[in-house]
Amino acid sequence: MSRYFIDRISKRGVFTLAMVAFLILVFVAVFMLRESLPALSKIGLGNILLGVKWYPSHDSFGILTMVAGSLVVTLLALAMAVPLAIGCAIFLAEVAPPRIRRITRPAVELLVGIPSVVYGLVGMIVLCPLIARFSGIGSGSSVLAAAIVLAIMVLPTITSISEDSIRAVPAQYKEGALALGATPWQTIRHVILPAAHRGIIAAIVLGTGRAIGETMAMVMVIGNSPVFPTNLFAPARTLTGNIAVEIAAATGLHESALFTTGLVLFIVIMIINSFGLIAYRRAK
Amino acid sequence: MRLSPKSTQRLSWKLIWAAGIITVLILVFLVSYVLTKGLAVISPEFLLTPPEGGLSGAGGISSCIVATLWLIAITMAILTPLGIGAAIYLTEYAPDNRFTHFIRYSVELLAGVPSIVFGLFGFAIFVLVLHFNYSILAGALTLICLLLPFLVRSTEEAMRAIPLSQREAALALGATKWQTVVHVVLPAALPGIVTGIILCVGGAIAESACLYVTMGGSAAMPTSFLSGGRTLAVHVFYLAMETNALDKALATGAVLILIILMLNLITKWLSRHLQAKMEGG
Amino acid sequence: MNPKIQTRELSFYYGKVQALNRVSLSINEHQITALIGPSGCGKTTFLRLLNRMNDTIPEVRLSGEVLLDGQNIYQPGVDVVEVRQRVGMVFQQPNPFPKSIYANVAFGPRMLGMNRQLNLDEVVEKSLRAAALWDEVKDNLNKSGAALSGGQQQRLCIARVLAVEPEVILMDEPCSALDPLSTLKIEELMQALKKRYTIVIVTHNMQQAARVSEWTGFFLLGEMLEYRSTQELFTRPQDKRTEDYISGRFG
Repeated sequence: MSRYFIDRISKRGVFTLAMVAFLILVFVAVFMLRESLPALSKIGLGNILLGVKWYPSHDSFGILTMVAGSLVVTLLALAMAVPLAIGCAIFLAEVAPPRIRRITRPAVELLVGIPSVVYGLVGMIVLCPLIARFSGIGSGSSVLAAAIVLAIMVLPTITSISEDSIRAVPAQYKEGALALGATPWQTIRHVILPAAHRGIIAAIVLGTGRAIGETMAMVMVIGNSPVFPTNLFAPARTLTGNIAVEIAAATGLHESALFTTGLVLFIVIMIINSFGLIAYRRAK
Repeated sequence: MRLSPKSTQRLSWKLIWAAGIITVLILVFLVSYVLTKGLAVISPEFLLTPPEGGLSGAGGISSCIVATLWLIAITMAILTPLGIGAAIYLTEYAPDNRFTHFIRYSVELLAGVPSIVFGLFGFAIFVLVLHFNYSILAGALTLICLLLPFLVRSTEEAMRAIPLSQREAALALGATKWQTVVHVVLPAALPGIVTGIILCVGGAIAESACLYVTMGGSAAMPTSFLSGGRTLAVHVFYLAMETNALDKALATGAVLILIILMLNLITKWLSRHLQAKMEGG
Repeated sequence: MNPKIQTRELSFYYGKVQALNRVSLSINEHQITALIGPSGCGKTTFLRLLNRMNDTIPEVRLSGEVLLDGQNIYQPGVDVVEVRQRVGMVFQQPNPFPKSIYANVAFGPRMLGMNRQLNLDEVVEKSLRAAALWDEVKDNLNKSGAALSGGQQQRLCIARVLAVEPEVILMDEPCSALDPLSTLKIEELMQALKKRYTIVIVTHNMQQAARVSEWTGFFLLGEMLEYRSTQELFTRPQDKRTEDYISGRFG
């Protein structure tokens, strides 16, 4: 075979692979939409999005409680994780002695890769009983437990990406500020953090996406009742958990309603990502 | 009250140290808790017997290990050529036009979609429509959809980092485009590409949601890729939710952490080794 | 004297921006032709058109002809890969592959399938000798090309080009990243190489052009203003702008 022949064949080969990959992804999107249509047309988008009752046996498929569940748990988790993660990133990049850094950096990287079920498991065993004892109600499977587990899960992700972007700030910036007599904190606050802004925003957006999409760890600690997350110490249900818990037994309209749940999840993630993108662009 | 720069400095330094220490302590606690509780349970017998399944927490994890290996083998066998081929096309061949931008944008978009959404898709297509039923194959195909955007992106990034001058040097010597890709670009981008592949293996091991809804969770030893099964991560979930064998769940969790740790070490070693090989001759 | 390469009314555009305007010149075989001019004058663009390196840039347009031994290399049906084998190129920044010295030199022959007929070891030695690098690296052929000094790297890149047995060697400011001593070595090397090869060099260093070349073309704003023997161009420039440039009044 001449190398020219190989050249031509290979070009066509990688083109085909790219098209297959692309079509798979398009197919996923189109299929999701198509499967949601029965529920959307029979029940209506408004009734699904704003409905507060999820009784599959009565063909009642409102997901507002789960939308609220996902949002509340995610926001609580971010409120806990973001300050801690950025603080830790500053600590690792600027403050910690090199000896500590050498150990913590790979440790944080390891934690990014640990399965979410392990986080969920520890939450179940350690956290839920604590919360049950403290609040005196139920088993401890609750919004609070879910938020804390989620916060711990996204902590390594946000920390490691933020640390990278803080480290990427050129040393001259820092030296310039220090040479002007700024304290180390003033240097971090007014020079380093503004310069690392975009990376930190990207880290938070990524962490948010991971939090909204997290499924099994949430199923393990949140109790999975489709009610509004009004009480920190009571159970609720997330959009992701809704799908995981019910899909195996679902048929017909019920199945379609779960696809609609997936679609809503998809759209929520897209909105978050676009917000992230806007913030990212503004920061420059 | 306005604080002087000096006291702000002292206060902020305390807070930063606190954030660092709290974060590290939480994470250290998590890992050491799972490892100490889990390692106490792990024995050769635990690793070599299958779990009983159902509501019983008895037995070990052998079938889960086998199912995990099956799943990784099928997933990577299809995912790797597909992802790398697509990335080669996108970086080296794709014309700079709207269609290419659209492809890139969809890859970007799908990289953020939660795994359970892919699980839903996989359940409907592979399990129901294509009649693979709950099986390792259905799980693997779903996992491929989930990991594909990530692998394409990481491979593209690694290839883009190779300077244009390297490609021009090869072309100017009379190499064909494909020879340039295979003999110059891919070898130089190898550390990055390999890291991406290993991260995909790690993702497959850590994944639970999309496998929970496509593999069925049978505790029996898989006999073919059409058998149902549960990976180690999914097994943790079943043990935690349906049995009282939390100690065995922790032991399985410990096994998972050790595997991920090993993968991290392999990645570090490999990329250092490949880098050194390239720089040293 | 035979023209090895001839361009006829060669114009070139990056998108809507015209980079070259109807350049016609003949490059003689076994001589060194230098192209000089201020930055952005189109000399590098012109050089890269002689082995179709600009094909890799999207959205460019070309009119006119480039004749290599009388044949237009931009004619449909011409094999670009073969053109590049016959017309080799050395770049401004030394760009050895992150492979061993041996693999760098053997790269071209391997890609061209020449290793089936030739003894690769001999080709590598011959090319490194011709590039005046052999004595410095013969004991370290497995060392990475990237570990050499800048001047050695550039000679490695020249050896790499020689290994595919080109007829013409294009050099795009080959010494701009090098120290004076390495520059001198490359210039000596060029004198030795012109017996077998035709060399075209782009340089912003007028002394270098005067030292090494038989012919010099002066480019300004995408046009070739003057092209004559080097001695004439530097002693009796015909165009006022050429005179201004070589006497250091601009650029």
